[in-house]
Amino acid sequence: MAHLQEAAVKKINEICDRYVDETTPLMMILSDIQKEYGYIPLEVQELVSERTGISVAEIYGVVTFYSFFSLKPKGKYVIGCCLGTACYVKGAQQIIDKFSELIGIKPGETSEDGLFTLDALRCIGACGIAPAVTINGKVYPKLTVDSVPKVVAEYREMEANN
Amino acid sequence: MIKNFQELNETSAKCAACLSAKFTGNDGKRHIVLCGGTGCLSSKSDEITAEFKKIIAEKNLGDKVTVNQVGCFGFCSQGPFVKIYPEDTLYRLVKVEDVQEIVEKDIEGGEVVDRLLYVDPATAEKVTKQDDINFYKKQVRIALHGCGSLNPEDINENLGAGAFKGLARALQMDRADVIQEVLDSGLRGRGGGGFPTGRKWQFAYAQPEGEKYVVCNGDEGDPGAFMDRSILEGNPLAVIEGMMIAGYAIGAQNGYFYVRAEYPIAVNRLKIAIKQAEELGLLGDNILGTNFSFRVHIRLGAGAFVCGEETALLNSIEGQRGMPRPRPPFPAVKGLWGKPSIINNVETLACVPYILREGKDAFAKYGTERSKGTKVFALGGKINNVGLVEIPMGTTLRELIYDIGGGIPDGKKFKAIQTGGPSGGCLTAEDLDAEIDFDNLVAKGSMMGSGGAIVRDDDNCMVDVAKYYMEFIYDESCGKCSPCRIGTKRMLEILTKITDGKATMDDLTELEELAENVKSNSLCGLGQTAPNPILSTLKHFRDEYIAHIVDKKCPAHICKNLMQYTIEQDKCFGCGVCARSCPVNAINKTDYTAPGKKLPSYQIDQAKCVKCGMCIASCKFKAIIKK
Repeated sequence: MAHLQEAAVKKINEICDRYVDETTPLMMILSDIQKEYGYIPLEVQELVSERTGISVAEIYGVVTFYSFFSLKPKGKYVIGCCLGTACYVKGAQQIIDKFSELIGIKPGETSEDGLFTLDALRCIGACGIAPAVTINGKVYPKLTVDSVPKVVAEYREMEANN
Repeated sequence: MIKNFQELNETSAKCAACLSAKFTGNDGKRHIVLCGGTGCLSSKSDEITAEFKKIIAEKNLGDKVTVNQVGCFGFCSQGPFVKIYPEDTLYRLVKVEDVQEIVEKDIEGGEVVDRLLYVDPATAEKVTKQDDINFYKKQVRIALHGCGSLNPEDINENLGAGAFKGLARALQMDRADVIQEVLDSGLRGRGGGGFPTGRKWQFAYAQPEGEKYVVCNGDEGDPGAFMDRSILEGNPLAVIEGMMIAGYAIGAQNGYFYVRAEYPIAVNRLKIAIKQAEELGLLGDNILGTNFSFRVHIRLGAGAFVCGEETALLNSIEGQRGMPRPRPPFPAVKGLWGKPSIINNVETLACVPYILREGKDAFAKYGTERSKGTKVFALGGKINNVGLVEIPMGTTLRELIYDIGGGIPDGKKFKAIQTGGPSGGCLTAEDLDAEIDFDNLVAKGSMMGSGGAIVRDDDNCMVDVAKYYMEFIYDESCGKCSPCRIGTKRMLEILTKITDGKATMDDLTELEELAENVKSNSLCGLGQTAPNPILSTLKHFRDEYIAHIVDKKCPAHICKNLMQYTIEQDKCFGCGVCARSCPVNAINKTDYTAPGKKLPSYQIDQAKCVKCGMCIASCKFKAIIKK
């Protein structure tokens, strides 16, 4: 646990303490950590285990079961392509393929520069505007394959200007 | 604070007067409401709202005009919507740039902005009012009550529309009578199974007094269904009230919402609604001066489809992997933390206040003999009017697809409608006149499910559809029981073989056997229904499977390994646009010039072609075909 920064240890303990009154707080603790840091590595799981008394095995089991929890850090921009039924029949596969081609990573991977993570999502409930893509929560409705390069360029440009 | 029944009545009456003044214009104001559902918000409904507020402020119209967001209008393909009361004018596909014109022309000038009105595609006539649009005409809004008209973040508007009146009536009834009322209304679980809601409550009621729980299943995972999200976004108080009535009936003091983490707006509105109800004393101790106390808690999912299964959901709330439990014991006996619990779906609970407020007969007058009331469907796929519709049970598929849904786009032919998502099946043209209800859909080889309704046309390959659902289930199988864990993988392998053109007829036999085995031997609903898409597509479209296996052809030209793009050389003008658009340089010039053409034609090198379809889109002369 040596390489966890003091501030992080403090924060994680604080998150654990938020739910001391709950009978079974694990999901809530993990959700908050995931939200705060974007991932839940083993060191953090050990810390949560120490604080809550829940075994690391159990915590690891839960972290790896739910797709929202991640063991590895995600890119700065997380591109989520909805592959739900409504989007799929409107060509969502071609859209994710295009992102994949342009960024050079497969779905589930993060680009080497840490800029992008590409995720294939299950239905995000935005079927009315299929095919839909979300980037860090912002929804891009009715995307076409042709408009994908523009979207990627937009973020690369934003990064270059920073 | 609302301390007793009389105070509730007085507050409701006051709020009802305000609300009616808004709709009728008796308050001398104009009211602009915008759709605040996820679909419209992603089409900049928020920016449009801000723009309205900005312009209204600039023009000093603040005391004459209000601007608010309301719940989902349902007609998502035409969003974002802007509605203006009291005229009840509905503008659709509104953009930020249109706001100035709406304010100047309509709000100030009293003139309708023609170009933003809905146009009936059949008659080409412009429609000013929502109720006159075909999409809305056959709908009856019980579960979606208030969506598209009430501000979900303002409890007063909801009180004015009758919120908590159902609870008030229930609290003045005997607990067993409340259950009887729900039982008599004929309400059945809207989450998929169609189990009578009142019966579920009876089981939990019959358990000894003590700690009991009501759980609302908002883990809407069926890809293509979004009614629970819209209800939680549009009228969270109705679901809370339904949960409270259930709590009173079975003797529970705590309710848990389990909502997908993917639905941040729904969670936020739910939190606001809970806070407002608590502030008024409508949640907490001794509600409305009775002995009934109730508290509501929210738990978020973390992206696992199987958590929609009720026992897996309970495990997830308990901080474990979301794996289903064997039954019995049923949750009504031993549920959350081992205590008697009922788990009801969002839409089911949203119907409960209506039943108690208006009476069981008001609900049971809609529907068929064994399926009462209404059902919300999420229409999607190849259909003109994509959106959320609530129809009385017993409406035919034809009415749903053609009258409400506006038929299939681009003059294509209807092929099938998938109901029940990955657990359901498909219905074809011969079922179009079937009445939609729980038992009828099951009899036709599909199921109601949570209400996803995905329409497909001739461009969709049904083997590909089955494979798509199997990929989904394979991915989401929790791995606890072997029929589902291994069976879904093997079924997916066979389906992949079929779509790759490498399967034999023996594979098909094996697929069918496997499907039956997984269906009868899996532990929970997810596995038991996993083979349904295969079985129902096999029933209706066996010929497509055989075409893939025997003829090595995909009739819909979807399966990449079974189709080719070719250039019809006699139609080719030799312009070379296709060759330039090809991402893998698979298109080359030939030395053949077709009669009447000036340049040599092109051809596609099949070994290089990745079948992306860019060339077909680029060719102006329609010289490229898929076969």
